[in-house]
Amino acid sequence: MQATRPSAAIALAASTAPKRSLTWYLSWAMLLLLLAASWRGADMRPFDLWRDSGNMATYAADFFPPDFTQWRLYAHEMVITLQIALWGTVLAVVTAVPMALLASANIVPWWVYQPIRRFMDGCRAINEMVFAMLFVVAVGLGPFAGVLALWIHTTGVLAKLFSETVEAIDPQPVEGIRSTGASAMHEIVYGVIPQVIPMWISFTLYRLESNVRSASVVGMVGAGGIGVVLWEIIRGFQYAETGAVMLIIIVTVSAIDLLSAHVRKLLV
Amino acid sequence: METVLRIQQLNKHFPNGKHALRDVNLNVLRGEMVALIGASGSGKSTLLRHIAGLVVADGASESLIEVDGCCVQRGGRVSRDIRRVRANIGFVFQQFNLVSRLPVLVNVMVGLLHRTPRWRGWLRLFTPQQRAQAVDALQRVGIAECHAQRASTLSGGQQQRAAIARALVQGAKVVLADEPIASLDPESSRKVMEILTRINREDRCTVIVSLHQVEMALKYCPRVVALHQGQVVFDGPSTTLTPALLRELYGVQVDEILPSHTPTPTHAPQSDGVPVHMLPQPALASWRAAGA
Ligand SMILES: Nc1ncnc2c1ncn2[C@@H]1O[C@H](COP(=O)(O)OP(=O)(O)O)[C@@H](O)[C@H]1O
Ligand SMILES: [Mg+2]
Repeated sequence: MQATRPSAAIALAASTAPKRSLTWYLSWAMLLLLLAASWRGADMRPFDLWRDSGNMATYAADFFPPDFTQWRLYAHEMVITLQIALWGTVLAVVTAVPMALLASANIVPWWVYQPIRRFMDGCRAINEMVFAMLFVVAVGLGPFAGVLALWIHTTGVLAKLFSETVEAIDPQPVEGIRSTGASAMHEIVYGVIPQVIPMWISFTLYRLESNVRSASVVGMVGAGGIGVVLWEIIRGFQYAETGAVMLIIIVTVSAIDLLSAHVRKLLV
Repeated sequence: METVLRIQQLNKHFPNGKHALRDVNLNVLRGEMVALIGASGSGKSTLLRHIAGLVVADGASESLIEVDGCCVQRGGRVSRDIRRVRANIGFVFQQFNLVSRLPVLVNVMVGLLHRTPRWRGWLRLFTPQQRAQAVDALQRVGIAECHAQRASTLSGGQQQRAAIARALVQGAKVVLADEPIASLDPESSRKVMEILTRINREDRCTVIVSLHQVEMALKYCPRVVALHQGQVVFDGPSTTLTPALLRELYGVQVDEILPSHTPTPTHAPQSDGVPVHMLPQPALASWRAAGA
């Protein structure tokens, strides 16, 4: 409603040019200092990479040609991995929608959105693998533990992305609905959801892609899918089989990425 | 005739200290068509938004707003069943405020939500009768053929008419229109003003329409309320509102609401003998008592 103030624009233009001198150099110095300080902690040994390059070449050569004799098992486990990703993502969408609304400052008061946001931060901060290990203990080895792990972590991720879209909506249509005497729930169903739904679908598809990747590793801690197979053959030094499984994962993940990119394009 | 809108002692300070409404007192009778005029920033939108309970007046004050006998807000607190009170109030916004991704028909049926069972409303399960009702309303405003289109595909004038259709199906007793024609071309503006006039005559709807331009107010509304810096500076029959008086009320700002090329309203000369109602407000009581 308010016209942009010219004084603000001038101040902004004035502040960008000469600021480089101090803040800019300081930020770079800080970054370099941080990298140097992290060198030992990260056990950086670039020369080993060069020295052991011969060993690595022979190691890499062991993966070829990939051994597909067990392809039925791999395909079956890959399908289970996709199924874990699908269920984990869908359950996460179901819980992320109410959580996102309860985490939006333009929908609820601060004493609701602050605790919900912190809770979602917690869900997001811990990696799927950690949740997977915990759930393997709780519900036993197998895909269900993987589904639960993806569900919790993805809820945290999607709730944040969803609520950011909700906070960016145009408030005018919502006010139009409010003015008719409709309830708060109606404002959400008719005013908020239609505005955010394209973005929500897009985020969900992105998340499905990355959950297919995650689902293929949660198996490494026993939470089902292709990861279980991968872990066993790596431990058994069966590099040709490992090569085959990795190829299957690469092809599947790329196919899902392409597919979801295509669907997203259709929606926007 | 009964009072359908009662505003008493309304003051509004925005958090930034702006005193946007000053001691506004206003009564509107059922079936009136009132124009709310004033330069931009004079408080028209703020006043209308208070009437719909979308903004609260200053706290710890004696302010009161009642619509159709129901309290909207009192002393800076909105009524507990504000949503039920709002069902009686249709609001038409300058920017239409439709949900652009929803079909026009659904946008209109939003006006029915307040008397639709909850779960049906949440699931968008409208009955065939409700659909028919919405199509009827769209027919009355002349855009029934657009009912299946997304609201965003309509022209501004069509969107504004859809917004009026929403107020129609809502069954609003009072329609508040905040500069409904400010973003429209002259032809669309004429249509929208004529539709507002028609719902005022045919449905006995009380219409309060804020207008930036005085000529529209004089053309369509028998009564004019003029705001200047948050204060009601004139409240009376539009026939008594002469350019000279406007100049007196607004000073140099008059150019904004009265383009210099505007011909003098045809009925203005007749107002010569009519007493002029100006501040202080109590002076207006006699005019109101006369029943307008
Ligand atoms: N949310 C707000 N915060 C601060 N000041 C506001 C706000 N809304 C309106 N105002 C101020 O209140 C005055 C009246 O505004 P408004 O009611 O929009 O006028 P009009 O509709 O007549 O153009 C203006 O000076 C405006 O800047
Ligand atoms: Mg305004």
